[in-house]
Amino acid sequence: MVNIAEAWAEQYHREHPNIRVQVLGGGSGVGIASLIDGNCDMANTSRKMKKPEIDAARKSRGAKPQEIIVGHDALAIYVHKNNPLDSISVEELADLYGEGGRITKWSQLGVPEGTLGTDQIIRVNRQSSSGTYAYFREAVLGKGRDLKLASIDANGSKDAVSLISHTPSAIGYSGMGYATPAVKTLKVSRRRGEPGVAPTVENARNGSYPITRPLQIYVIGTPAGAVKDYLHWILAPEGQNVVLQLGYVPAKLH
Amino acid sequence: MTFREGPIAPKPSASVPLAKGEGLVSQRAAASSESHWSDRLLRTALDWTEPAIEWIIRLCGWSAILFVFSIFFFVFREAAPVLFGKLSLTEFFTSTRWQPTSEVRPEYGALALLVGTLAVTALAMLIAVPLGLGAAVYVSEFSSGKLKETLKILIELLAAIPSIVWGFIGYMVLGPLIIQTTGAAVGVNLLNGGVILALMSVPIIVSVGEDALKAVPDAYREAALSLGASRWEIVYRVLFPAARNGLLAAVLLGVGRAIGETMAVLMATGHAVEIPHSLLDPIRTLTATIASELGEAVSGSMHYRVLFVIGLVLFAVSFVINLTADLVVKGIHNE
Repeated sequence: MVNIAEAWAEQYHREHPNIRVQVLGGGSGVGIASLIDGNCDMANTSRKMKKPEIDAARKSRGAKPQEIIVGHDALAIYVHKNNPLDSISVEELADLYGEGGRITKWSQLGVPEGTLGTDQIIRVNRQSSSGTYAYFREAVLGKGRDLKLASIDANGSKDAVSLISHTPSAIGYSGMGYATPAVKTLKVSRRRGEPGVAPTVENARNGSYPITRPLQIYVIGTPAGAVKDYLHWILAPEGQNVVLQLGYVPAKLH
Repeated sequence: MTFREGPIAPKPSASVPLAKGEGLVSQRAAASSESHWSDRLLRTALDWTEPAIEWIIRLCGWSAILFVFSIFFFVFREAAPVLFGKLSLTEFFTSTRWQPTSEVRPEYGALALLVGTLAVTALAMLIAVPLGLGAAVYVSEFSSGKLKETLKILIELLAAIPSIVWGFIGYMVLGPLIIQTTGAAVGVNLLNGGVILALMSVPIIVSVGEDALKAVPDAYREAALSLGASRWEIVYRVLFPAARNGLLAAVLLGVGRAIGETMAVLMATGHAVEIPHSLLDPIRTLTATIASELGEAVSGSMHYRVLFVIGLVLFAVSFVINLTADLVVKGIHNE
């Protein structure tokens, strides 16, 4: 969610020129690690902090980390724009991405052979240490199963989408804010045969879209001073508008 | 290593008598007296600065050794806690299952990554060695004058292209091209990475190879020519055997470049954990694995430490290659 954090920082600096918010990227894990090490005031993450991380933060910073939900992210399922597939179920995704899953060919999903050049499905994944990877694994496979190896592991949400736009037989996932005209997002249903739900702002917020996750900011203890003002601003219409404009789902309705 | 006795410091006696000529304060004497002053100043300065500069240069030399050892020490220290015990080295070297962040059972089998690195390096060398040595022969033996200079400058320019740009070319240009021409399912694969790495290693092979060919004395060429050898025979029968060591060193440096490359292979190979069965399968290399995973691995965790074990493996491989190249190059001078 580094793109949201950067947009907030820029916008906030424009409205409050004397306050400068420095944003560093690297992923949720990096943010949490910096929070534990005391190198940042706020960690923007797309996954929850784990128990050992919370304990480590309390130990090193002297207070419990507080979680503030600032928006939602719907992970969209992307395919090439020429792909005739319209909808996919979480069950099918599990069979496609999960270890031991049987789906390897587009014809198994009902795409006629020959339409995409090859019948083989190219699974685009993310590097295994990214928060998006961890969330996708949990949302699709639950806790007790791993993702199949031999997928193409893209090194960023944007890279994943751009690779799919160059590869007709590819499928992959990324935040719904990364859609471009060269790719297509699929409707997603929970079970096979059910009608799919499009990854839109309303569907994500009302929970009908199956692959949605909260985006949160962690701070240590009770926020005060500039950090407190900034968090207030993020949850106010100004900050939430930024979330909406970037294609994510705001946490609060105004 | 001392230059103190050199011609820079003038003999003190040279200007002393002129300074004594008190009554004959001519223009020339004044100038000499001034130069006498500055001479003395220069001499004192040299007495101090020369040893200082010597020490700075000496430190520069030592620092290289210091850096190599401290980098090795750092990588080793980070890897050590799992190297003896927690990490099964049998699993590391023989399993293809790389699932470091699994919540079921983390697995650290690096065989597919090792094979990936070896495969892409071998393919790159298969392309780059004939291309690079051919270009070296052409530049050194068959071109002359302006053409030769232009070629050398262009080849150096090729070496100056940043690796991220090569990766981008592989990703954006070569990838779609491979899908179009071969019908492969995915364009970022072993072939793509191999071609990109080959293009990156060629400049090194050409410049080191050309130096090796240039070092062969002209008398060899003249002797071969007088025996009626054709130009091809001179290259094949005389120059190649004579420059054998230098050419081998060129190839080994190219291999070192290919094995250590990170950014370009991360983008061009597809970064997929599998043992390739064809040129069109995506692969993953050791370097790219560190680059993509270290940033978000929790520092001190098992995953973090195993990535440093991979670093140690890479360290060992490049050490062996560089050492071999070094020994081979030394061979040239001994002959």
